[in-house]
Amino acid sequence: MTQPLLKVSNLKVAFDGVTAADGANVTIAENEFVAIIGPNGAGKTTFLNLCTGYVRPSAGDVFLRDRNITRLTPRAITRLGIARAFQLPQLFTDHSIFDNVLLAIAARRGFWQALTPLDRDSYREEAQQLLELVGLAKVAAFRSTELSEGMRKLADIVLAMALKPQLLLMDEPTSGVSSDEKFDIMETIVRALRAEKVAALFVEHDMEIVRRYADRVLVWNAGRVMAEGTPEDILNDPYVRENVVGVV
Amino acid sequence: MRILPTLLFLAIVAALPIAVPWLQFVFTLALAHGLAALGVALLLRAGLISLGHATYYALGAYAAAFLSRSVGVTDFFVLIAGGILVAAAAGVLIGLFMVRYRSIFFGMLNLAVSMILFAFLAKFYGLTGGTDGIRVSTPTVFGAAFDRKTFGDVLFYSLLVIIALVTFGVTRYLRSPMGEALSAVHTNEVRLEYLGISVNRVLLSAYTLSAALAGLGGAIGGIAIGHVVPEMAYWTGSGHLVLVAVLGGIGGVLGPLIGSVFLELVHTLAAGYASDVWNLIVGVTLLFVIFFLPQGLYGLPARLFGRKEAAK
Repeated sequence: MTQPLLKVSNLKVAFDGVTAADGANVTIAENEFVAIIGPNGAGKTTFLNLCTGYVRPSAGDVFLRDRNITRLTPRAITRLGIARAFQLPQLFTDHSIFDNVLLAIAARRGFWQALTPLDRDSYREEAQQLLELVGLAKVAAFRSTELSEGMRKLADIVLAMALKPQLLLMDEPTSGVSSDEKFDIMETIVRALRAEKVAALFVEHDMEIVRRYADRVLVWNAGRVMAEGTPEDILNDPYVRENVVGVV
Repeated sequence: MRILPTLLFLAIVAALPIAVPWLQFVFTLALAHGLAALGVALLLRAGLISLGHATYYALGAYAAAFLSRSVGVTDFFVLIAGGILVAAAAGVLIGLFMVRYRSIFFGMLNLAVSMILFAFLAKFYGLTGGTDGIRVSTPTVFGAAFDRKTFGDVLFYSLLVIIALVTFGVTRYLRSPMGEALSAVHTNEVRLEYLGISVNRVLLSAYTLSAALAGLGGAIGGIAIGHVVPEMAYWTGSGHLVLVAVLGGIGGVLGPLIGSVFLELVHTLAAGYASDVWNLIVGVTLLFVIFFLPQGLYGLPARLFGRKEAAK
């Protein structure tokens, strides 16, 4: 069996007595798209925070291939190849979208240069390609505050993709987006990630998104994986339909 | 081209003292303060207000004075290099601690450090000359000795060249990834960390540069006056630098320099022609700028130009 890209073993953490991760075990393979579903407060976002070093677990380990990243900072984990997109897009609001992407590219290709301009040809070319990939090239000169929520979400994901990660974690990539936009956005994201051979782990509440785009689904409840399988199996599971989807 | 505003500013500052000679010394001190205020403005881009940058202004001034008095250095450029190095070294050491703090804590901790330095300079008489300060002899320039008046001319025009080089260098820095990241720190530290960039390292670089600029200003100020005193580290000096940075505006590198020259002019003219109410005049002028030019004086040309464009 090939080594998983991400392996999480027996992860535990609690906040003021409330258990957010209770012996979570997860593996993600190369190029795999995995969705996490579950009720509010189940610990889904906390799990992403644990994987990216934002929250330190009280027990358990997180491995990126053979590297134990459990105690590393978000910065170190990012540099090792796990990028993150947020439920509320995290952008630099004083910069244009294009400059946001340039900063992300510089972060990967050579940030600590005090006298070389950020806006250089090689970076511009790459930024342009990335923005075209997700259909944001037309709004590159705008600031994030001038864009729709859907565009901001895409821009947030472009920043993460500019790092050329091995794994992208996304927290509700289509939340706050109109139902007209969300499938277009998800289609764009998935196409771009597949093209770059990036694996993805995404938290999602929209079961149609999960059904269409996930290779595998993890059902999260009370800080652990209650069930996992293909979207077809999971979304037809009576327990999941009653307790997560809300359909009996 | 952004070099044009710099050249225009330097040309005006260079030309005015030809018509009004006493302005030369006023402008020399204003530009020295302006360099320090430029350092403060760098940190303002990251949303950090230093209420203690007089620390580095004083360190630059005292470093030049010590080099002159105790080491026997006489060359002007070596003295200011010493001022820059000492201030930058202090900036690295103090910055390692400061960059962990934000908002009021950052401001107050810088203020505290400046007051410690002020007390040190005032109390350690044997070393620092106490409240009497230290006299700085008129330096030589590449081996050439000048009388005080001629040196004033050499200093002034050398300072204009230094300003040109500094504005060029700082502009390059602000357009670099490290410089662009400064305003990114202000808007989203979380995203910077999730891009794999150390926010503290970005801030430490800027803090060190800002300390070096303040040290450069301090060394020039100390040499221009020919005397350094503990009041250079006093908190009102730090407040003055913040005021100048905000007045001039942080939108461009020239802003703090313009702000400093403007404030010094208003101050000098108000004190000369209306000595009873000069504080009132300075205060009203500041209120006017703050209310009507929120981007600072540097934003004035852009605003006027923008209005003309809109009118068309």
